[in-house]
Amino acid sequence: MSITDEFTKGLWQTIPPFRLVLGLCPTLAVTTSGINGMGMGLATTFVLVFSNLFVSLLRRFIPSQVRIASFIVIIASFVVIVELVMQAYFYPLFKILGIFIPLIVVNCIILGRAEAFASKNNPVASLADGLGIGLGFTISLFVLGCIRELLGSGTLLDIPVMWSGFEPFTFMLKPPGAFVALGILLAAMNLISQMQARKGGGR
Amino acid sequence: MSDFILLMISAILVNNILLIRFLGNCPFLGVSRSMDTATGMGMAVIFVLTLAGTITWLVHTYLLVPLGLEYLRTIAFILVIATLVQFVEMVVQKTAPALYEALGIFLPLITTNCAVFGVAIININEGYDLITSIFFSFASACGFALALVLMAGLRQRFALVSIPKPFEGTAIGLVTAGLIALAFSGFVGLV
Repeated sequence: MSITDEFTKGLWQTIPPFRLVLGLCPTLAVTTSGINGMGMGLATTFVLVFSNLFVSLLRRFIPSQVRIASFIVIIASFVVIVELVMQAYFYPLFKILGIFIPLIVVNCIILGRAEAFASKNNPVASLADGLGIGLGFTISLFVLGCIRELLGSGTLLDIPVMWSGFEPFTFMLKPPGAFVALGILLAAMNLISQMQARKGGGR
Repeated sequence: MSDFILLMISAILVNNILLIRFLGNCPFLGVSRSMDTATGMGMAVIFVLTLAGTITWLVHTYLLVPLGLEYLRTIAFILVIATLVQFVEMVVQKTAPALYEALGIFLPLITTNCAVFGVAIININEGYDLITSIFFSFASACGFALALVLMAGLRQRFALVSIPKPFEGTAIGLVTAGLIALAFSGFVGLV
């Protein structure tokens, strides 16, 4: 596979958290608005890109018996960097995302990519993979956040867009709404894939 | 004592760790396809989470705070949890083979279960003392097990009904989880 393929596969084919059902906790918890979703996605992307790069660079030096522990230490180091930088420069977002920033360390997407991809491939491909999956995750979170924000508070990126007299659908901002919104979005993606498959001769 | 009972009720029902706080959702959707695996996972989480909550609290209070290393909390906690899980796995394998048979495959998965890590951080952020931390960890884990078993009970029945094609698999699981969460939000105001 070429580098572009490694990059683009994260954007549709294996886009997390839909195709790759991993990293659901931040997806559900922080997507009460588009901006929050994007912030979380970018923080995760940063960690994913650098952990992929370093795991790949060190893949010949890490003994396979202790590889999971080594991966976790690499990931945790970058999470601490993100945590400290966000606390210093993006304090309001840091407050909103709260506990889910340190929780990036146990986001299964990152450990999953380290184990399944970066530990077997060269640094350039790993970097492309991390960037692709990370951006895919960011887009998913952003879209989900926008949908919930639009229905739940009638705004889009904090700008009111719905007609006057629109009754906000507060269910969408509550935890149950997160599950339902993600479920329906996933079903919609499945529907699109199935229609594509049918058009392509019913593979 | 009544404080602890309120804390338990709040952690299990009102602020359920899976449905309201959104921690540990990957295993929630991953292993809730049958009742047996759900019970096994639930038990394993209760066991490990209570231990992990206690030990991370001790590490934070007696190691990180005196040395002024609170910013290393994330790394320290994940290492404690990973080591603990490995250690529990070995001890259980040696001392209780029957229990190991039942929990064995779930133990490694718990390392990346964000419920364990999340509760450890909540204990510190909320400033709980040792006893409260132990109670809160145990109660959160019970809430996790309860939601997981409820979900598995519902999902087992999916085999018998016809689900629209796009909703098959995870999608219907998520919508079901939403409905369970809706039911749980009825407990708001209980405490």
